[in-house]
Amino acid sequence: MVDFLWFVPAFPLLGAVIMLLFGRRIGDPRSGWLATLAPTASFLVVAAIFADLLSKPANEREHVVNLFSWIGVGSLRVKMAIVADPLSITMALFVTGIGALIHLYSIGYMHGDPKYSKFFLYLNLFIFSMLMLVLGENLLVTFLGWEGVGACSYLLISFWHTRNSAAVAGKKAFIANRVGDFGVMIAMFLAFSTIGTLSYSGINEAARGGTLAPVTATAIALLLFLGACGKSAQLPLYFWLPDAMEGPTPVSALIHAATMVTAGVFLMTRIAPVLAVSYHFAPMIIAVVGGVTALFAATIAVAQNDIKRVLAYSTVSQLGFMFMAVGSGAYVAAIFLMVTHAFFKALLFLGSGSVIHGVNHEQDMRRMGNLRLLMPITSLTFLVGWLAIAGVPPFAGFWSKDEVLLHVFANNRALYVVGLAAALLTAYYMTRQVIMVFFGRARWQDHSGEHGAHGDFVPHESPRIMLVPLVLLAGLSVLGGALQLPFTAHTEFLDRWLAPVIEESQISIAGTWAFDNKYLLMFLATVVALVGIAAAIAVYVKRVVRPLEPRVLEQAWYYDTAVSQAIAGPGARAFNAIAWVDLHIVDGAVNGVATLVRRSAGVTRKAQSGFVRTYAAVIGLGAVLLVAWFAWRSIS
Amino acid sequence: MWYLLLSAFLFAIGTFGVLVRRNPLVMFMCIELMLNAVNLTFVTLGRQLGSISGQTIVFFVLVVAAAEVVVGLSIIVAIMRRRAGVNADDLAELKG
Repeated sequence: MVDFLWFVPAFPLLGAVIMLLFGRRIGDPRSGWLATLAPTASFLVVAAIFADLLSKPANEREHVVNLFSWIGVGSLRVKMAIVADPLSITMALFVTGIGALIHLYSIGYMHGDPKYSKFFLYLNLFIFSMLMLVLGENLLVTFLGWEGVGACSYLLISFWHTRNSAAVAGKKAFIANRVGDFGVMIAMFLAFSTIGTLSYSGINEAARGGTLAPVTATAIALLLFLGACGKSAQLPLYFWLPDAMEGPTPVSALIHAATMVTAGVFLMTRIAPVLAVSYHFAPMIIAVVGGVTALFAATIAVAQNDIKRVLAYSTVSQLGFMFMAVGSGAYVAAIFLMVTHAFFKALLFLGSGSVIHGVNHEQDMRRMGNLRLLMPITSLTFLVGWLAIAGVPPFAGFWSKDEVLLHVFANNRALYVVGLAAALLTAYYMTRQVIMVFFGRARWQDHSGEHGAHGDFVPHESPRIMLVPLVLLAGLSVLGGALQLPFTAHTEFLDRWLAPVIEESQISIAGTWAFDNKYLLMFLATVVALVGIAAAIAVYVKRVVRPLEPRVLEQAWYYDTAVSQAIAGPGARAFNAIAWVDLHIVDGAVNGVATLVRRSAGVTRKAQSGFVRTYAAVIGLGAVLLVAWFAWRSIS
Repeated sequence: MWYLLLSAFLFAIGTFGVLVRRNPLVMFMCIELMLNAVNLTFVTLGRQLGSISGQTIVFFVLVVAAAEVVVGLSIIVAIMRRRAGVNADDLAELKG
């Protein structure tokens, strides 16, 4: 079964090619259905491979499928190879599964869009790139996918490019990601020059075998982390993600919540052995960046009024949690949170898309309210997502967040407090969002009055095709926690499943205070979640105190402004200086050589008389002279 | 020995023809003459030295010459069609 692994990326690629050639001809709903088939077929293949691997003993669960030799120059040999192991299959399962659901949702959401088939072309291309990223057997194949998802993300953020803000947001995402990609590239060069290979097995083998110097390992890990910061929207490169919400909502759900942004976490998990042999401060930096980002983004989310921006900052915050877990050596917890987060965040985004669809493309939560009766299924599923992300047991988010916090506690208690504060704020801002959208006074009438065009406008529930994915994802958000229940070793399915890949890198917490008192910590996390919810209810329903939404939080701590001013002021001057050097010194040297050649050619070109017979005479003379010279040499 | 002298004579005629004649077709025929003079040398020396290589290489020269005739003649015909009665010295468009 594993030999069919190449089908997995092949289906979406085929789908993209068909969309490219015939998409417009196939037409509005049908091209969407066809495009949905591709990830669905991939999902079925991955599921079959998953079942196949599961039936095998743990040490036989890694299979490399060599497609062809990609690059063979000197000692650089890169194979186009994809790997099926527990980690890549886990990633592929949720990428294709959630991808298929979001394709299905998009059939309804994008209905009537003039670029309908092009949207599905990009979506299929994205799924293909993402699958190359997670299945890749070496850094270069992963990087191919890494750049592919970046390009698709750019195309999809600026999908409605006639809107200036969408075009700008696409460029912003692309440039912020380039900064990170530069780290990945240097890490690749470094890995090749020191280890001599780019394949994960080779790099990780070198790390395990002790041939990788700690200083190199640290450099590689931190450079890849720079890439991860770009892709997974961590400080200092997080700022593109909230703006990425300019794209259509299914894109936000698929790329900017469930799959692409988790690529950084995946990459760090892939090279876990390298992280294990690097200096101690490298994982610490990752954990601290994650923790600070988690809290930072959570504070911003408290004061946002755009329904999607709240979710965007929430995504940044949750990714911070994942990096906290990675930095604490809790890779299983990171993957666990990644999977459950994919479930509930995709659900929340699709739910918000359904709301936006229902209230006629209004995104401001101040103009919503009391939608629960008009959109019963959307609101019910959204409530499930809310409970899951807030960390209320027994929803999926509770188990995964608790697992992360448990390991963080064992690693560093200060970080644990940061994480707990972020969790509190998460519960608070999500409750705020639910109240503003689904409860309270209906404020959407004011909106219809303002615009005048649709006087008696009533929000409506979305078509059934958009509700099916919502219900399925809601089910997963409830049950996802079953992947890893922390009661006994037997219920920790994810832990056992991922063990062959990351067992030796995983830092064991057995025997620590945190492990012995995990039920206490679990109780504490639950209390914190409930306090957050209660506080939001007190503020936004009971109105005990006035809502605290300072402008500094609404403006995201002025981080964006600071970045743009730094780039526009000193940054622009530095770039201008570099441009001057390029124009006058680099280009000057090139132009100087060119001028020299042209001048000297002006002299010698007179020799070209254009008379064939002259040329023949010169050739003949030259031949005679040559023969004479050889004859003279052989004589003397 | 006489064969070598003959081929040298033929080669000289060919060279002279290329240098002095202005009709492209005649120049072309002179080039063929030079080629065949060389062929004759090869065969002669091959026989004198008892080596088969001298005769073998002649076949290569013949093949190359045949190819060259195809290309060269078609160029000449094309030129003649465009500009009838032209001679080699008039074709100096590539003058530097």
